[in-house]
Amino acid sequence: MCPTVSQVPEPSIIAEDLTRRFDDFTAVDRISFTVQRGEVFGFLGANGAGKTTAIRMLTGLLTPTQGSARVASYDVASQPEAVKRRIGYMSQRFALYDDLTVRENARLYGGIYGLSNRQIRERTQRLLERLGFQHAADARVGSLPLGWKQKLSFSVALLHKPEIVFLDEPTSGVDPITRRQFWEMIYEAAEDGTTILVTTHYMDEAEYCDRISIMVAGRIEALSTPSELKRSYGASTVEEVFVRLARPDGMGPTNSRPSNGDAT
Amino acid sequence: MPEYDAGVRAENLVKRFDGEAALDGISFEIGADELFGFIGPDGAGKTTLFRILVSLLVPDEGRADVLGYDVVSQYREIRRRVGYMPGRFSLYGDLSVEENVRFFASVFGTTIDEQYDIIAPVYSQVEPFKHRRAADLSGGMKQKLALSCALVHRPDILILDEPTTGVDAVSRGEFWDVLQELKTGGLPILVSTPYMDEASRCDRIALIQNGTILTTNTPSAIGEGYTKPLLAVRADDRFRLLQTLRTFPHAFAVFPFGEDLHYTDARPHMNPGDIVREVTNWLADAGFDDVQARPIAADVEDVFMAMMGDGEHYGVPDGQPGA
Repeated sequence: MCPTVSQVPEPSIIAEDLTRRFDDFTAVDRISFTVQRGEVFGFLGANGAGKTTAIRMLTGLLTPTQGSARVASYDVASQPEAVKRRIGYMSQRFALYDDLTVRENARLYGGIYGLSNRQIRERTQRLLERLGFQHAADARVGSLPLGWKQKLSFSVALLHKPEIVFLDEPTSGVDPITRRQFWEMIYEAAEDGTTILVTTHYMDEAEYCDRISIMVAGRIEALSTPSELKRSYGASTVEEVFVRLARPDGMGPTNSRPSNGDAT
Repeated sequence: MPEYDAGVRAENLVKRFDGEAALDGISFEIGADELFGFIGPDGAGKTTLFRILVSLLVPDEGRADVLGYDVVSQYREIRRRVGYMPGRFSLYGDLSVEENVRFFASVFGTTIDEQYDIIAPVYSQVEPFKHRRAADLSGGMKQKLALSCALVHRPDILILDEPTTGVDAVSRGEFWDVLQELKTGGLPILVSTPYMDEASRCDRIALIQNGTILTTNTPSAIGEGYTKPLLAVRADDRFRLLQTLRTFPHAFAVFPFGEDLHYTDARPHMNPGDIVREVTNWLADAGFDDVQARPIAADVEDVFMAMMGDGEHYGVPDGQPGA
């Protein structure tokens, strides 16, 4: 799941000095990192640290002020539409259409990404089988429990076989069993070669990532495997590392920065 | 023991929406000296329950009183005395931090200065940003501002609906520190959360799922109620370990828990030390030479999963014990 440098394909994300300013506030401040194909990359940070702004740039929704990023082999600033076609995205806030059925949602997304009717039919069938959702194929998505919706939403985000999927707090508010089933789906997708970039406020989930970065006030302050981070900070959990970085002087929340354009 | 006479009491509360029960017969008693948590995922019924307690919804069946006042017939008394934080951010985004608090104070005919001592534990944390628009605050700061507004009329009880949802782990810890301080100052608090790890910050908790309460107790007593042997198991290749361990003949449930897997054995009376040896040897035969396994005490999340789990949901393949 963690390819070595010798592998040929270009990494799924190459960010170099990626920066975004809003007026005189720097939301993302020269971040550089690389995410390899098939990697599960945890993108952590306190509220307002700049995660959402960074993700908006990486998904081609927001132009960088400075620096660059290549995602799925395209430049996010000059080729944002090509980037959007090669990625998948899901969050709790933006998922599926409640008024459409499971099958209709899949057809809609497949159509948007230019899949043929036949591809949509076959992949929807496989998706339903894998999730064990055959009986719910014609149920309105709005009538499904949240955990089902999130699993479904992730599967639909994979329908066009994107190289990389961005998951923004995908398990927020989900029950503890479904939350873990969701992570097994993440692992399975990664084993199939899909790259995953995921944000979460559940610190136990940070431990499930191949590598994690921790953003503090617009910068990436730490980036490594969970075990290496714990070792270098002498911490027993990623949460300890996170707390130490997010509040370095123990002074509490007065370190917080404004969050212009940063939803969480 | 908590004194129930001045806290919150609910008897068989039922609330249906379009024929579906959001609350399916909920009863509990909460003392006037408690920090009490309702813990459960989205859709469990937490918001519906809290809206009934603050008199914004009328139950279809059952009754409840808050501070001794009936939530239906004496709602005016309740509204005057309750500090309520709804789950969705509901302050004025275009007003500054200070203007928001001043507005809520004025609604109750008071001022920030008069109430400063009560709001200080939390307001002092947002005060450095008092001229910033509320909409421009980070998630954690918004919640601290909302709590300041819920406190500024000096309520006799706080009812907080998911105040930490979507908030980062550090800000969540700070928020709970404030709740602890307020509770120690004599303010009873009801709080709901989907984060199981926050259970330990409460005096007592109720686990809530599908409109019913699974159990109510202190967090430690709930952990002690776990009846099967539980081990923490780890090895480098965690995903393969998970898949392999699930095929162990005596596996009842296997779930990832941060760095560890939590393994529940199906044999309730088996000595945990023996199970450690058995599991370690069996995994060694399956090719794992770096397994660390140790018996552990269950936490609230283990119990929650066991109580909500049926065989199909519970991470055990078909044909295994407990399936």
